[in-house]
Amino acid sequence: MLFDERQVLWVAAACYLAGLVLGTVSLIREKRHSRVTMFSIIAVGYLLQTLGLVMRGQEVRGCPLGNIFEIVQFASWSTTSLYLLIGATFRLSMLGYLSSSLAAALSLTSLSVPSWDAARNSALSGGNAFVAMHAGLAMFAYGVFALLALTSLLFLLRDHSLQSKRLGGWFTFLPSLVQLDLIGYRLQGVGVGLLSIAMGVGYMYWRLDEATVDRAKLLAVGVLWIAYIISLALRVSGRLVGRRFAWVCLLLYVAALLTLWPIDRSRHPGTEPAASSTQATP
Amino acid sequence: MSEEASNSGAQVFVLGATHHRVPIEVRERLALGKEGAEVLRGELAKVAGLREYVLLSTCNRVEFYGVQEVPGVAEEVLSKFCRRQSFDEQQFRSFAIQLRNRDAIQHLLEVSSGLDSQMLGETEIFGQVKDAYSAAQDKGSTGVVLNRVFQKAFQAAKRVRTETAITIGQVSVANVAVDLAQDIFGSLEETRVLLIGAGEIGEKTAQAFKSRGAFSITVASRRFERAVELAETLGASALPFEQREHRLHEFDAVVCATAAPDTVLSAEAVHHALRKRPARPMLCLDLALPRDIEPGVAKTENVYLYNLDDLAKVAEENRKAREAEVAKARALLGEKAESLWQAVMKRLMPGGDDQGRDT
Repeated sequence: MLFDERQVLWVAAACYLAGLVLGTVSLIREKRHSRVTMFSIIAVGYLLQTLGLVMRGQEVRGCPLGNIFEIVQFASWSTTSLYLLIGATFRLSMLGYLSSSLAAALSLTSLSVPSWDAARNSALSGGNAFVAMHAGLAMFAYGVFALLALTSLLFLLRDHSLQSKRLGGWFTFLPSLVQLDLIGYRLQGVGVGLLSIAMGVGYMYWRLDEATVDRAKLLAVGVLWIAYIISLALRVSGRLVGRRFAWVCLLLYVAALLTLWPIDRSRHPGTEPAASSTQATP
Repeated sequence: MSEEASNSGAQVFVLGATHHRVPIEVRERLALGKEGAEVLRGELAKVAGLREYVLLSTCNRVEFYGVQEVPGVAEEVLSKFCRRQSFDEQQFRSFAIQLRNRDAIQHLLEVSSGLDSQMLGETEIFGQVKDAYSAAQDKGSTGVVLNRVFQKAFQAAKRVRTETAITIGQVSVANVAVDLAQDIFGSLEETRVLLIGAGEIGEKTAQAFKSRGAFSITVASRRFERAVELAETLGASALPFEQREHRLHEFDAVVCATAAPDTVLSAEAVHHALRKRPARPMLCLDLALPRDIEPGVAKTENVYLYNLDDLAKVAEENRKAREAEVAKARALLGEKAESLWQAVMKRLMPGGDDQGRDT
């Protein structure tokens, strides 16, 4: 192969970074950037990241979720997947900028910390389709929550501009409050749905062998899952709306990112060198 | 070459009166109705040496754009207009604008772009200039020079709109209010508006909501018959004044513009309404002085309260932002006027490309 998967992922991260730069320059100049250009940049980054993850998957012969590097890359990939779907459907201004910023931050950080990719645990799924599906769905749900956090951030900025009565400058680029609220509501529904299915699939497998379940990971993810369900229920009943809902979504995403560490640490048995550093791995 | 064109006598000119130097009561006397314009066109058609002309008459300006073959024709146009309007010629000259050639072209470009408008950057003038040009074409009073100048003016106006921020941000209170509603609700297709008070500013704001596609408008006024009357004008419905607070939860945007000495919307009523529709925000616009809405309303979550001062401040910021773009727009138009004048000059010179009228 001409390039290894980490090189391809670096180029993908550079594309996301280009989206960040384009958006930042446009904001500084108080000019609207081209939505098509932003969409194209992210789409190219997404295709390259997909290629990189497929290459890694082929090397490890499984879902590339064996270490923190792969998990963060997968979270970044699912965020941009959803942006490409939602951004094209709802034409939300600034969502592309924030999505590329988040994807750039996640991708570049994961690539810049070699220890995150120094070893991987192929015993995670052990080739079991249930476990791979559980992990894939859960990570995709995290991507949905990332996008939810971004729309929540946009909501808070729009709310701040309206409350402070500062409507000019780059605030003019923000989508409307109701549009952001509606998309946030739908994203939370989708995210909770996906995470619930992931939890259900995980439960189906691990109830047969409770000894393999890491308690810290189960507790962290379980609490997060319940917190998302409660916030959704409060949103549906109208008791958690507006900026309080947006703040909760942002904080829950920070909590979701923090759960990645117990998830990764739960893979202590059977760690092996990362695929990229063991080219001999079949 | 410019000298040569001027010496030949053929000139592009503009003369007229605008809001810059003429107060509204005088502009009223100068305004040409449809019939008056028709009669004047007939008279101008008989002026010897007036090769082409376009008459532009709006509430802020009356202007004649023309091509004269010999000096003095523009003066004759001025005299005919003053006679037609029974207006003192000397007085008209005291405030009239009279520009020639490149300056006249630059003026038309600025007028078409909204740079010369009372409300800087407004786009309505673009349509008015187009209509004036179209009417002149129909009468066969334009030729190769004005056809080119006007068509290029329209292109330049479009360029100014896309390349500068001269039209960005509304500068009237009514339109700022509707912009604000769009910042909150996005499309207004599902937005229900309650107008409390049937005064002029309320009516203008309701009209702005209507023109941007608000789902429904309801009018409440102390005098129910006045509410019904205004509702009919707006294609809206009327609501008894006493029910305004009780049915507040049915509306997304509330525009208060009464002359009441006390508030007509309490914080408690708004708070109560929001409890019935917690997930949907409410925009409260207080356009009255003294204020109609209790300031405490702003403390309710999901409610956005704007009073007259707030809206005026936004309008002023938008106006300043537009003004900052004027130099950029003027420079762009200056370049365009120069190149257009260079092209037009050839046609004005004796034996130029074409000296006859064409449409």
